[in-house]
Amino acid sequence: MYNGGKVIIGLVIFAILITFPIWYNVVSGKAAYTPELKIVTDEKQCVEPSKYMRESHMQLLDQWRNSVVRDAERTFMNHDGKKFDMSLTNTCLGCHSNKADFCDKCHNYVEVTPTCWNCHIVPEESKL
Amino acid sequence: MKIDRRAFMKMSGLGALGIAAKPVMDVVTKADLAEASGRKASSGKRLAMVVNLNKCKEGCTDCIDACHTIHNVPDFKNPKDEIKWIWTEPYERVFPNQEHGYIGKGMMGSPVLVLCNHCDNPPCVRVCPTKATFKRKDGIVLMDYHRCIGCRFCMAACPYGSRSFNWRNPRGRDSSGRPFIKKINLSFPTRTTGVVEKCNFCTERIAKNLEPKCVEVCKEDALVFGDLEDAHSEVREVLRSNYSIRRKPGLGTRPQIYYIV
Repeated sequence: MYNGGKVIIGLVIFAILITFPIWYNVVSGKAAYTPELKIVTDEKQCVEPSKYMRESHMQLLDQWRNSVVRDAERTFMNHDGKKFDMSLTNTCLGCHSNKADFCDKCHNYVEVTPTCWNCHIVPEESKL
Repeated sequence: MKIDRRAFMKMSGLGALGIAAKPVMDVVTKADLAEASGRKASSGKRLAMVVNLNKCKEGCTDCIDACHTIHNVPDFKNPKDEIKWIWTEPYERVFPNQEHGYIGKGMMGSPVLVLCNHCDNPPCVRVCPTKATFKRKDGIVLMDYHRCIGCRFCMAACPYGSRSFNWRNPRGRDSSGRPFIKKINLSFPTRTTGVVEKCNFCTERIAKNLEPKCVEVCKEDALVFGDLEDAHSEVREVLRSNYSIRRKPGLGTRPQIYYIV
């Protein structure tokens, strides 16, 4: 091998640089970072238990959407028999009025971009 | 009784034919009945509207303004991009083939209020590839904007031009910085670029047992809204006591906006 030492050193530098995104997070301690959601409501309980909401709120919202738009059924009854109006902007954002600190924080972290707000209006967005 | 092979084959052939013909006959007889009675078997509700052109005041835009305000209908100030839920067209364009050279001055060229006809046999529903447009049990032809892919088949299919496409972002602003929606109604969503939209017969108000906004704000009582399946409803009464016409009835879409001319 001609210039073996230089080639190997070059390869090692290359490997370090190309894996930069992986080890940087470990070294800087950002790998363990999880978003902290601010809950700004006096209500003790969401429409369903928190665990379910955390894991499956998207399915629930899809059900609500189809139910309201397609079946004209606007009342949701949860497992405890409590009734809610199926409304993203009124029921959900009525409690979670801090969209930026609640919805967006997590959505940004997992890099999903739901298109809800292309049409639905965030209450404080009134000035547009 | 002894049957030979030939007779057995003949009988089983006839039997198979009979079984195969049954579903076909079912469809044919049912379709005939529905056509003959002029409407489907009662589903309990059939919402419709009557527009009384004798009462509708020329130059008044109360219903149009009210509808477009509460439904966040943008104004792009450009007929190419225009979004319309309820608007006016000249008489001869609303009722083609019903005009003639000697028609009264009050008719020819005078504006007629038009909106989605919420047809009983809606072509827009038939062509929609994603079922974004659908007919509700109470007869309202509604759009699910979540499903609309903006293919505009429905716009081509609608013979009344009741549908508009969002070429531009309705939440945007024009070159001089004015928003396309003057004042946003927070309790109703806007639409987004790339979806088709149209009149929804105020489903959000009907859910609260309110009349459509256009009917509510009309000071002349020119608009009557109600259930055609209810024999005692106001629409039925108005239709009983007045002669009414519909737009392009020959197309078979069975529009549910009736006009008293």
